[in-house]
Amino acid sequence: MTNFSLAATRRWKLACRYGLASLLLVFFVFPIYWLFIISFKTPDEIFHFPPVWYPKSFQFANYAVLFKDGDAVSVLNSLILAGVSTVIAMIFGTMCAYSLVRFKTGGEDFAVWVISQRLMPPIAIIFPIFLLYVYLGWVDSYGGLIILYTAFNLPYVIWMMRGYIEDIPLELEESALVDGCSRWAVLWKVVFPMARTGLFATAVFTFVFAWNEFIFALVLTRTEVVTYTVQVTHYFGGQSNFWAKIAAMSALGTVPVFITVSLLQRFLVRGISMGAVKG
Amino acid sequence: MTSASPFVLSVIARPPSGRMPDHNFRYWIIAPSVFLLLLIGLFPLIYSLVVSFQQITMTDYDTSFAGLTNYAQLFDDARLWQSIAHTLIITIIALPVELVFGLAMAHLFLERMPGRQIFISLIVLPTVISPVVAGATWRLLFDQRYGPINQVIGWFAGHEVVMLWNITPHLVYPAILICEIWQWTPFMFLILLAALSNVDKSLTEAAELDGAGFWRIFFKIVLPAIWPVMAIAILIRGVDLFRIFDVIWALTSGGPGTMTETISIYTYVQGFQQFESSYTAAIAFLIVGLMSVIVIWAIRRMGLAK
Repeated sequence: MTNFSLAATRRWKLACRYGLASLLLVFFVFPIYWLFIISFKTPDEIFHFPPVWYPKSFQFANYAVLFKDGDAVSVLNSLILAGVSTVIAMIFGTMCAYSLVRFKTGGEDFAVWVISQRLMPPIAIIFPIFLLYVYLGWVDSYGGLIILYTAFNLPYVIWMMRGYIEDIPLELEESALVDGCSRWAVLWKVVFPMARTGLFATAVFTFVFAWNEFIFALVLTRTEVVTYTVQVTHYFGGQSNFWAKIAAMSALGTVPVFITVSLLQRFLVRGISMGAVKG
Repeated sequence: MTSASPFVLSVIARPPSGRMPDHNFRYWIIAPSVFLLLLIGLFPLIYSLVVSFQQITMTDYDTSFAGLTNYAQLFDDARLWQSIAHTLIITIIALPVELVFGLAMAHLFLERMPGRQIFISLIVLPTVISPVVAGATWRLLFDQRYGPINQVIGWFAGHEVVMLWNITPHLVYPAILICEIWQWTPFMFLILLAALSNVDKSLTEAAELDGAGFWRIFFKIVLPAIWPVMAIAILIRGVDLFRIFDVIWALTSGGPGTMTETISIYTYVQGFQQFESSYTAAIAFLIVGLMSVIVIWAIRRMGLAK
């Protein structure tokens, strides 16, 4: 009898947990569903009262318009800026992290300074940078934004790679040195390959940060290198008929992030907690 | 920890070889990073300081020394202090809500249940979306007529409701906070879930056998165990909330009037819409100075840099 009631309570508890979990799922996923569904709706469905909860048919006209008008180039711009800056930040950042780990260069003060740069408000940095870029003629150029994105992501790369390099056994590097490798050769041939998992995971998050960045792009782009995040806000002015464009452009920028992050579930916690949680 | 390892000593003993010199290797490899970090870490500070002592405005390009005029102006600028107050209000409400909500969710998903991983993967999606896209999404959701939120409220109210979420003064803050909490609670949830899973089960079970209640176990065993990780999550979120810009830009652009203007929005308006260069530089210097002190203190206190 007691066994039976115990099983019943357990089942009841599990049902409650599923109920709560489903409610949470609706709260967190419905807005994303709504964004994507709008991108497939016809104007009549978007501006229908009461709202249409699911489109009667999937049509891609909203996306076609973005490609026809050339607005979709902004996604390519995001790809170039985030991609190039990530590669540079990974190379420089890993080198710097190696020096921090193995030689304790700069000691704790340098490490604190590096990570504190990550936490500075971008708005305070962007204003002087903007004046500098105007002077140099770098506004609305790929190079200018790539340098800025690289610099802004460096603290994160250094921080994360520091953790991953600490996990590499010292003996491998020592034996390579004994074999007559130069320091540079050790770095390229031992450290980089050994840290490849960490390099890959860190690169993906660095890429996503740059991909999703808004304020630097808002200030430093005009027409040539507009990123998808800035492009989305360009549609805000129009009161009504730009809804489809907002949704379609947002979806274009969001899908790649969803795909990469879901492939990297394993690294997600370490990536977003700046290494505070390992494993 | 800081004493030289045998590895370091072996460098000194070795003669340099190869094309690139091995001596000063440790400095060569940090040079590119340091150069780039100075560009965003030191240059803005110095340049802001210089410009803030001049009188460059939209109409006037006066680079002569203007003394502390701009800094004096900071204290008389009601709009600046209001924007700081708005920022603090958002931070003070959103941070504890995200923390408690995230912790409760982590508890819910701590034990095994079929399909757990799928639930988690879907719930964390908002966190990886660009904040400006998150703001845009909620703007569509909050629309007074074609958005689903007013529709659902209408079902419960029994009649059609017209709530202008991004215009009505008493609704703009709830709108911003809902969007912010929606996007970042999963962040807290994911980190706290990982922290909770690492808590030693034998300790909590032993306490349970001794008859300790849920809250007693939580405050005496669980909380101290997850605190180091929780503190870092709070630091990251606290700093992010203090510099909040994207979501508000997308939802209200600081409006109605200046009601939801945060410190980042206000600085942007001064610098890029009013072109008050020198005054903006003074604000930027104030923010960087303030944040440097707080952030470095927090990092050292938490022993983040070891």
